[in-house]
Amino acid sequence: MLQTYSYPEFPYVQPPEQASGQLVRKTAVVVGAGPIGLTTALDFASRGIPVVVLDDNNTVSIGSRAVCYAKRPLEVWDRLGCADRMVDKGVSWKIGKVFRDEEQVYQFDLLPEADHKYPAFINLQQYYLEEYLLDRAKDFGDLIDIRWKNKVVSLKNNADHVRLSIETPDGIYDMEADWMVACDGAKSDIRSMIGAEFTGQFFQDRFLIADVVMKADFPAERWFWFNPPFHRNQSVLLHMEADNVWRIDFQLGWDCDPDEEKKPEKVIPRLKAMLGEDAEFELEWVSVYQFACRRMKSFRFGRLFFAGDAAHQVSPFGARGANTGVQDSDNLGWKLKLVIDGLAPDSLLDSYNAERIYAADDNLKNSTRSTDFISPKSPVSKAFRDAVLDLANRHSFARPLVNSGRLSSPTPYAVSPLNTPDSDSFAGKMLPGTNCADAPVRVNGADGWLLNQLGDGFTALYFSADGSVPADLAALAGAPVPVKTIVVGGGLEDVKGLVTERYDGTPGTVYLIRPDQHVAARFRHFDAARFSAALNTALGKN
Amino acid sequence: MSLILTPNIPTPDDFYEKLIETHRGLTDEQSRDVNCKLVLLLANHIGDLPVLEQALAVARDGYE
Repeated sequence: MLQTYSYPEFPYVQPPEQASGQLVRKTAVVVGAGPIGLTTALDFASRGIPVVVLDDNNTVSIGSRAVCYAKRPLEVWDRLGCADRMVDKGVSWKIGKVFRDEEQVYQFDLLPEADHKYPAFINLQQYYLEEYLLDRAKDFGDLIDIRWKNKVVSLKNNADHVRLSIETPDGIYDMEADWMVACDGAKSDIRSMIGAEFTGQFFQDRFLIADVVMKADFPAERWFWFNPPFHRNQSVLLHMEADNVWRIDFQLGWDCDPDEEKKPEKVIPRLKAMLGEDAEFELEWVSVYQFACRRMKSFRFGRLFFAGDAAHQVSPFGARGANTGVQDSDNLGWKLKLVIDGLAPDSLLDSYNAERIYAADDNLKNSTRSTDFISPKSPVSKAFRDAVLDLANRHSFARPLVNSGRLSSPTPYAVSPLNTPDSDSFAGKMLPGTNCADAPVRVNGADGWLLNQLGDGFTALYFSADGSVPADLAALAGAPVPVKTIVVGGGLEDVKGLVTERYDGTPGTVYLIRPDQHVAARFRHFDAARFSAALNTALGKN
Repeated sequence: MSLILTPNIPTPDDFYEKLIETHRGLTDEQSRDVNCKLVLLLANHIGDLPVLEQALAVARDGYE
C-alpha cells in the first residue's frame, strides 16, 4: 500500500530505575501515548506536574483513526500551545450533507456563529495529531518523560500510591506513582487489571474504514449516504483528510467476515463502485471495526483515574471519542495540581468523576441514538428510519429527524458540585458549568481572542463602565489560589461587542472562570464574600 | 395540554373509512411503511413531547 506518511520509530531507552534497580516514586504516571495520554501529559507539565508516559509501542497511530477534531479540543490544545499546527495541516469543514439513494435529503452547518478563533471541525489523520503533541512535549524537557516499549503488566492500587510492574525489552521493573491516569484505549489493560468493567451496549454491525489516496473534487464536507447505489442497503461516510487522503467508511452489516473484508481485492471493488471504474486511487490503510456505547461505572479509583476510550467508548458517528477524551484531560489537570499543592481538598478530584461521567452519558446518549438510526436493530426500527428518509426528501419537517451522527460539542456541566447556581438574572448561554465562548478582543493594541486571555488559572472576567476594578477583586491576584482579573472596558477591548453579547455583560458583571475555561459562577455585582464562597465551591470545599 | 382520549373527530366513520382505504391494495410491508409515515406526520403536527409520550404509553399499554 502507498504511504503518504512515514511513521517515526521512537527509540527505546532502558529506564534508569531498571538499570539501577532502584524503586522510584513518581508524581504522575500516564499510561498510553495516544491523543488523550499525550494531552494529559501536556496539561500536567504545563502546570508543573512532572509526568512519566508509558507506552507499549514505539510509534504514532497507524491509520487516520479518530480523524475529526472539534472546536473545543482545539481550544484545549491552543491552551497547551499546539493547536495552530493542527489547523494548518488539517482540513477545516463545517458543512455536512446526507444523501439517500442519489438525492440529498439533509444538510447541516456546524458553526453558524462567526468570530471564534477555531473552526467547528478539522479532519486530520491521528498520526499527525500525535506527532504534533509529541513535538510539543519536547518543549517541556524533563517534565515529560516518555518511555516507549514500556508495557504495564501488573499494578497494585494502594491507598496513597499506585505500584506498577512494567515490562521492557530489558525485562521487568517496578515503579510507584502518587497519581496515575490510564489512557490506554477501549481495550484498556489497566481497566482489566483492577477488575473494573464496561457496561452498556455492543452493536451487531461492522464498518470498513479505508484511507484512500486520490485527487478528487469532493468538497471539504462530511458526506453521508444511506443506501447509495454503489453500496445498497448500507451506509457510507466520506471525509477529506490532509495530503489528498480521503477517509471512507462502509457499513458492512453483521454477517461479514472482517478478515476477508480487509483484503484489497475486496476493498478495491467497493471503492470502484463508489468512485467509478476509471478513478485513480491508492489504498493507504484499511481496518474493520465493530462499535459499542458503554462506560465504566466510575472513572476514579483512589489515586488512579481513567480517561478517554479507556473510561468510555462511543460509536464513531459524531466524532465523540477523542474529542470528549481531550475534555477529560482538560478537566483533570488543574484539579490534580491544586490537590498536589495542598490548595484544594481531595474531594475536588471526585468532581472529575461527577463532571466527566455526566459528559460521557451525554455522549453515550447521542451516539446510541445515531447508531439506532444508522444501524436499526429491528425491522420496525428500520421501517421508521426509512420512513424518515422518504419523507425528508420532500418535507422539511422530517429532516431534523435524520440522524447520521450528532457531532461532538462540549457538554455543559449543568449539575456540577463546583457550580454556584445563578442568583442574578442573565440571558444567553454562559450558564455555570458551561465552557467559555470565544470572541475577538484587543489587548494593548493587538488583536487577539478572549480564550487566550483567560489562560489556565482562575480568572475573573469583569465588565467595567470606566475601566476601574473593585480593589477586593484586584487583590485576589495575590491570594493563595490566585484569581487574575481581566477587564472588559479596561485592559480588554471588546472590539466587536461580542464578549458583552455572549456573556450578557453589564457594568459591574463579574464571571468566575475555572482553569479549564468553564464558568464557575457569575454575578451582576462583585461582592467579596459571595465571590470567595463561589471560589471555594469551585475548589471542592463545599 | 394532555392527550385527548374522548371523541374528537366529528365524523368518525368517514375517518375510519379513509384510514382503511389508504391501505387498500398494499402489501403488509407497504402498509407498515405507510403507518410509519403516518405516525411521523401526525407526531410532527402535534409537536408536543409530553402529549406524544402519553400517546406512546397508551398505544403500548397491555403489551409486556
